[in-house]
Amino acid sequence: MTGDAGASRLDAALEGAAVVVCCGSGGVGKTTTAAVIGLEAARAGRRAVVVTIDPARRLADALGLSDGLASSPQRIELPDAPGELWAMMLDTAAAFDGIVLANAADETQAERILTNRFYRNITGALSGTQEYMAAETLHQLHHDDRFDVVVVDTPPSRNALDFIEAPSVLARFLDHRLFKLLMLPARRGMKVVNAATQPVLRAIGRVVGSDVLADAVAFFQAFAGMEGGFRDRAEQVIRLLRSEATRYVIVASPHRDTVAEAVWFVGKLAEQGITRLCGVANRVHPRFGDVTAAEAAARADASDGDLAALWRNLAELQALAEAADAELAPFAELLGDAPLATVPLLAGDVHDLSGLDEVRRHLFGRA
Amino acid sequence: MPQLTAARVTIVAGKGGVGKTTVTAVLARAAADAGLRVLAVELDGKPLLAELVGDVACEAISGPVALEAYLREHGFGRIARRLTTTGVIDIVATAAPGIDDLVVLGRIKQLERSGEWDVIVVDGPAAGHAITFLTSASGLLDAVRGGPVRAQAQDVVDLLSDPSRAQVILVTLPETTPVNELIETAYALEDRVGVHLGPVVVNHVDVLAAPDIPDPARVDLASAGDDAVHLAAAAAFRRGRVQLQRDEIARLRTELALEQWHLPMLPVAGLGAGDVAALAASMRPGP
Repeated sequence: MTGDAGASRLDAALEGAAVVVCCGSGGVGKTTTAAVIGLEAARAGRRAVVVTIDPARRLADALGLSDGLASSPQRIELPDAPGELWAMMLDTAAAFDGIVLANAADETQAERILTNRFYRNITGALSGTQEYMAAETLHQLHHDDRFDVVVVDTPPSRNALDFIEAPSVLARFLDHRLFKLLMLPARRGMKVVNAATQPVLRAIGRVVGSDVLADAVAFFQAFAGMEGGFRDRAEQVIRLLRSEATRYVIVASPHRDTVAEAVWFVGKLAEQGITRLCGVANRVHPRFGDVTAAEAAARADASDGDLAALWRNLAELQALAEAADAELAPFAELLGDAPLATVPLLAGDVHDLSGLDEVRRHLFGRA
Repeated sequence: MPQLTAARVTIVAGKGGVGKTTVTAVLARAAADAGLRVLAVELDGKPLLAELVGDVACEAISGPVALEAYLREHGFGRIARRLTTTGVIDIVATAAPGIDDLVVLGRIKQLERSGEWDVIVVDGPAAGHAITFLTSASGLLDAVRGGPVRAQAQDVVDLLSDPSRAQVILVTLPETTPVNELIETAYALEDRVGVHLGPVVVNHVDVLAAPDIPDPARVDLASAGDDAVHLAAAAAFRRGRVQLQRDEIARLRTELALEQWHLPMLPVAGLGAGDVAALAASMRPGP
C-alpha cells in the first residue's frame, strides 16, 4: 500500500466520473477529501461541484469563501485552473422546501405543507431526511448543465449508504423511516392513520399530546398526491448511483472504529456488485526510511546522549507508523485490487487552498 | 478521581474521531479501579465499549427499544410491539422530535435513581448529535403540555441541571479543528442545556518517552550512516507536532476555563482492555 502507486491509480479510478461519493465515519477528513477531488477535477479542466454536509467553517475558509458556504452552488476562484470548482452546503430544510414547492399541485398545497409544524419537525430533526435530501440534491446537480462532475460528501453515519442499497434498493428506500411516513397515507389511503389504529392514535395522543398528533395527520393529508414524483426521482437516483458514471471513495483514518466503518462500507458496496471504488487512508503516521521500530530502539540502547534521543524518537515514530499500518490492514486487504491512496499526518491543519493542494499532491501524486 | 464522583452521571461527548469511546472506557476503568460501583452505558449499538471496559458492567440503550419499553410501561402493553412493526411508532418519534432521545435519558435517570451505581459513564451519541440529544428534554417541555412525556421531560431537565447528579465531559484532540469544535460545543451546552461541564479530556497527547527532541543539526549523526537523514526528518516532524499540540493545549486553556485531563497517545494497533487499563493509570491533570 505505497502512497505513490495508490495515488496514480486513484487518478485512473476517478477519471471520467460524473458522480463521486465520499463515504466514511465522522472525523476522518471526508469533507476535505471531497474538496480535494473537486479541486483535482477543476485543475484537470472539468467543471466540478462539491456538495458538503459539514457545517464547519473550515472548508469555506479553505476555499476562500469569507461568508461561508451557501445552500446553492458558488464558484470558487481558481486563477490558474482550466476547469471550474463550485461548492455548496446541503441545507436539508431548504432543499426539502424547494422540492415541495416544485412538486406541489398548487400554491395552496405547498403552503399547507410548508407551514405544518410536523413538516418543520421532520425537515429539521428526522434522521434519514438528510440522506434523502443529499440524494435529491445529487439528482438536481447531475442534471445541471453547468457541471461535469458532482462530488458528494455523505452524512457521517451508516445511513449514508441507505440510498444506494440494493438489490432491494427501492424496497429499503421505501422502508426508510422517512419514506414509510411519506408513503403511509397514499399506500393505505389513510386507513392506518384514520381507521385501524384510531384508538391507538388516541392513546398515543394522550402520551405526546393530541395537538402534536393532529399536526402529523394534517401533514399526511396535505402531502397526498406528491409521493409519485418522489418515488420516480428516487428510482432515477438509484440507477445513477449504480451506474458506471458513479465512483465511490471510502475514507478511513488509522483507528480501529473508522477502519471498521470503512470495512463495513466496502462490504455493503460489494454486496451490491459495486466495485468502482477506491480507498483513502487519511492522517497516516509517516514512516521515516526502512528501519523498523525494533531496530531503531536497539540503536538507541547502543547510543548515548542526544544521538540516543534521536534514535529513540525514530523508534517511537516508526512504532506509530507500524501501528497505523496494522490498523489499516483489514481495509487494505478488503480493497484488494482497488487503489488505496495514503495521505500522511500533516504538520498542520488544512485551512487554505494551498493546504488543499498539499493533500491533492498526496492523493493524486501531483508534483 | 474527584471529577468522576462529583456527579453520578457523566456523559462523554465529542466529535467523531477524537476517541470518545476510548475515553469513556478509560473513565469507567479508572473509577472501577478506585473501588467504585461503575456502569458504562453505550448508545450507538457498537460493541466496542463493552470490549474495552473489561469486567466493568456495561448496558446498551437504543432509542427505538427504549421507546417501545416506555410505551409498554405507559398503558400500551402488548400493542407496543405492533406499534413498532407498523411504523406508527415512527410517527410518534417524528411528531414529537426528541422523544427517542428523551426515553434514553429517562432510562439513564432510572439507573441513576436505582442507587445501584456510584458512577454511570455514558458514551454519548455520535458526532454532532450531542446537543440535540441533551436539549431533547427542554424542547419537549416546551412542546408537550401535559401527560407522562412532560413529566419525564421535567425529570430529565432536573437531572441535567443538577451538577451533583449529571455532568458532561468533553473530549478533544490537541489539534486546531477539534479544539475549535470543542469550544463551540462547550458554549452551546452551557447556553442551551445548562448542564455542568466537567474537565476536558485531551486525548492523544504526545508524551512518548522523548518529550524534548534535540535539534538534529546540533547532533553528530555520522554513526547513523544512511539513516542520518531519517533521524533528522523524524526529529523535525516530531518537534513540529509536539509544538502544534502545545500551542493548541495552551489556546484551549486560554479560551475555555475548564480543567484539562491529558491522555497519552499509545503506539498500539487495535486498542484493547489492557491498553485502556494502562491509559486509566496514566491519565493526568494537564500542566
